[in-house]
Amino acid sequence: MSIEHSLRIENLTLGYGDRTVIENLDLQVPPGQVTAIVGANACGKSTLLRSMSRLLAPRAGRVILDGKSVHRMPAKQLARTLGLLPQSPVAPEGITVADLVGRGRNPHQGILSRWSPADDLAVADALEATATVSLADRSVDELSGGQRQRVWIAMALAQQTDLLLLDEPTTFLDVSHQIEVLDLLTDLNRTRGTTIVMVLHDLNLAARYADHLVALAAGQVYARGTPAEVLTEEGVRAVFGLDSHVIIDPTSGKPLMLPIGRHHMQNDPQKGVRTGSVGKIVLVP
Amino acid sequence: MKLERAVGVVTTAQTIRNSRTRRALRRRSVVGLLVGIIVVGFIVTLMVGQTFYPPADVIGVIFGQDVPGATFTVGRLRLPRASLAILAGLCFGLGGVTFQTMLRNPLASPDIIGISSGASAAAAFAIVTLSLGDTAVTVLAITAGLAVSLLVYVLSFKGGVAGTRLILIGIGIAAMLDSITAYSLTQAAEWDLQNAMRWLTGSLNGTSWNQALPVFIALIVLAPVLVGQSRNLAMTQLGDDTASALGVRVERSRLIVIVTAVGLIAFATAAAGPIAFVAFLSGPIASRIVGPGGSLLVPSALVGALLVLVADFCGQYAFGTRFPVGVVTGVLGAPYLIYLIIRTNRAGSSL
Amino acid sequence: MTPVLPGAAIVRRPRGLRSVWLLLALVVVLGLMLASVTIGSREVGWADIWAALNGSADGFDEAAVATRIPRTVLAVLAGAALGMSGAVMQGVTRNPLADPGILGVNVGAALAVVTGIAFFGLNAAGSFIWVAIIGAAVTAAFVYTVGSLGRGGATPLKLALAGAATSAALASVVTAVVLPRNDIASGVLSWQIGGVGGATFVSIQQVVPFLLVGFTISLVSARSLNSLALGDDLAAGLGERVALARGGAALGAVVLAGACTAVTGPIGFVGLVVPHACRLLIGVDHRWLLPFSAVLGAALLTAADVLGRVVARPSEVDVGIITALIGAPFFIYIVRRQKVRAL
Repeated sequence: MSIEHSLRIENLTLGYGDRTVIENLDLQVPPGQVTAIVGANACGKSTLLRSMSRLLAPRAGRVILDGKSVHRMPAKQLARTLGLLPQSPVAPEGITVADLVGRGRNPHQGILSRWSPADDLAVADALEATATVSLADRSVDELSGGQRQRVWIAMALAQQTDLLLLDEPTTFLDVSHQIEVLDLLTDLNRTRGTTIVMVLHDLNLAARYADHLVALAAGQVYARGTPAEVLTEEGVRAVFGLDSHVIIDPTSGKPLMLPIGRHHMQNDPQKGVRTGSVGKIVLVP
Repeated sequence: MKLERAVGVVTTAQTIRNSRTRRALRRRSVVGLLVGIIVVGFIVTLMVGQTFYPPADVIGVIFGQDVPGATFTVGRLRLPRASLAILAGLCFGLGGVTFQTMLRNPLASPDIIGISSGASAAAAFAIVTLSLGDTAVTVLAITAGLAVSLLVYVLSFKGGVAGTRLILIGIGIAAMLDSITAYSLTQAAEWDLQNAMRWLTGSLNGTSWNQALPVFIALIVLAPVLVGQSRNLAMTQLGDDTASALGVRVERSRLIVIVTAVGLIAFATAAAGPIAFVAFLSGPIASRIVGPGGSLLVPSALVGALLVLVADFCGQYAFGTRFPVGVVTGVLGAPYLIYLIIRTNRAGSSL
Repeated sequence: MTPVLPGAAIVRRPRGLRSVWLLLALVVVLGLMLASVTIGSREVGWADIWAALNGSADGFDEAAVATRIPRTVLAVLAGAALGMSGAVMQGVTRNPLADPGILGVNVGAALAVVTGIAFFGLNAAGSFIWVAIIGAAVTAAFVYTVGSLGRGGATPLKLALAGAATSAALASVVTAVVLPRNDIASGVLSWQIGGVGGATFVSIQQVVPFLLVGFTISLVSARSLNSLALGDDLAAGLGERVALARGGAALGAVVLAGACTAVTGPIGFVGLVVPHACRLLIGVDHRWLLPFSAVLGAALLTAADVLGRVVARPSEVDVGIITALIGAPFFIYIVRRQKVRAL
């Protein structure tokens, strides 16, 4: 099981050029849980994640891991504790799956060290956990979107970190692959206790899979807590500028956001939704 | 269940280990083969020529004996030339593959992003307009090569270096420098022209030990540093963000790598001129014979050395006229280059 | 909410303003032409100009003017051709970095001419031009095809790389062809840098018909280029015959670039820089952009030629070098301004 780490953000201000994206943000990442960060486009979700993994230096404030500022830790030491899967990772042409996953062992290997049995074991373990063993000798270019994403997760796993940050791991995947990836991440969290922080653009998936939900708006944390606490109609209006109904999803028991647009509304939204001609959902107003 | 899974993992680990060992073996044999071919080629270029010298004479000269008839031709003419061919080829091979790996694009070769152009422009200008001597020209060429890379780096830095921007800016600067080279050459007097042609395409004619020595020193000093960074280079292939997440200090590593690669290329260009396409082609060729996975630095260097050695030999004896090595690599390399571009674009672009 | 018409983006500048700019540009060109005739490694006076225009060439000063007139005319024509060619290329490829030099078209034309001279014994300027155009066309087609393979089509980077690599490859072949031939070596070498120095009315006369054809085809394609700017799919949806339009426009661009290279040698960057400057002043409507690029191109090349004659008295710097020295920083500026995604 993983060691519990404390990851805290204090008074963080981030920006690019003369644009400020995040201002005076405080956040505590609950250890051993799955946290999802949601918000409108360009609200700073990816920026925040990148700062947490030290890719972006803060203008003010700190990111503190186990009491030490992330920006002062040696790179490899940080990489042994915190892994990141960025938004569009690049795979060199012709690289095999086993090779790519093997790259994840870099933080554990010094300049002169050769491959140890422990390294091989870690790689094998990562392949097993992501069900990609059968793909080990295939070239990464040939894989489907879902398979490729699993391989990247395997690489992050081979790093054997206790914290895993993922920047939009489900964007560009079709829905079955999205569920596949999110289920895998949940497995990792439940069986190994890996703390997971992921940026998701799909609000409903975030509500279903997260233990802890953080909603960002205008560079600040608008709300944080359990999905039931955060995903409310006022919340959706404040963060996304969208009117909605929030109901309980009968499949998962978690909140489900139903957007209200200008068309295709069966009844007056004030009175609640009745059964449409499609679907078995009957909702009580 | 847990035991089964554990056993499964161990078996997988073994399979992975085996496949890695197999690949390492292939690499080692390819590298060994290349070294062997280069040594044989070296000896052959010393033996064959206008006059043929038997191996015994050649080996004698190499070890410093005074063999009548052979000492001058082999020792003073052919030996420095063959040595520089190998040294320059090693430098170009290393430099080329480094840039291609770092910029994640096999078409991003130092040939076209300005470094060779900078060194040759400085050298051409120094020879024709300033009428400087050999050493001064070398120094100037090296300084220019480094200065141009610094310029390209700085100009493409906008909160980090985007590979695309660096390549495009390099192409722009190369065009500017090429025009300066061409201009200097138009100012050249007749007898200067042959000498100056070297700065257009690269030539090993009339090589002396004075020219080969700086390249040797550069290789000894810079190559180990570069090879030491090979793992960091491999990580940056995965994208800057991923590399950073894996514990690589990306900007620092990139700086070291650029400085050493540029140094190697500048020294080699100062001695032999911008031998066309060696830097461009060594990496892709090495990649095909060694296979994916594993560092390409050493194989690429060896391929470069072999290319220059063979091309120079062919340029001297295979065709009617004596062609400088740069023209041979240019013309023979061109079709492979085009093929490479087509293949790169079609498949997506990385080395 | 009213839908935005696709054509709406194009009608952005008041017609009056554009006419003013065009007129201004024409005045500038005329002024530069005058300067070109007056300035040089030798100062001349009004009387000499007048006498030379009237055909007499007594004395050094008048003779100097007599050589400058065709030179000026060639600079204007070549500049116009290159400017318009660049604008058309940028429109056809939808690529802000397209330019006859970068796409290797110049080197292709040069190689064709050199091959003609070396192997087929061509020596008439007229045959040069045909050969150059063919070389230019083949190279352009090749570079574009290669650059558009794979994901994303012909992105600026892929096109520039394909062009640079092809240029390098072809340049080696040129050297290989020329080197053994001592008779033509130094002549070819100096022609490899674009210049308007050796201009004669004879050579101008031969190239003018080709340039006129090129100008006409390009101007006729102007409207299609506006539609093509929206993307092939959208253009087809607007009723444009995409393949025909692109092919036609490309033909115009290639004829202009090839014919120009045949007479002046490869001059780079004019086709890159001029359309960008024009877009800032006149907008993106190709019906205005093409003629304006021609005029501004003429101005740029004439100015570069004058500069080349003044900067290194008593000898001169060829115009190809000046355009490279001015154009490359501008190119870099354009690259820096664009948002480029990391590879």
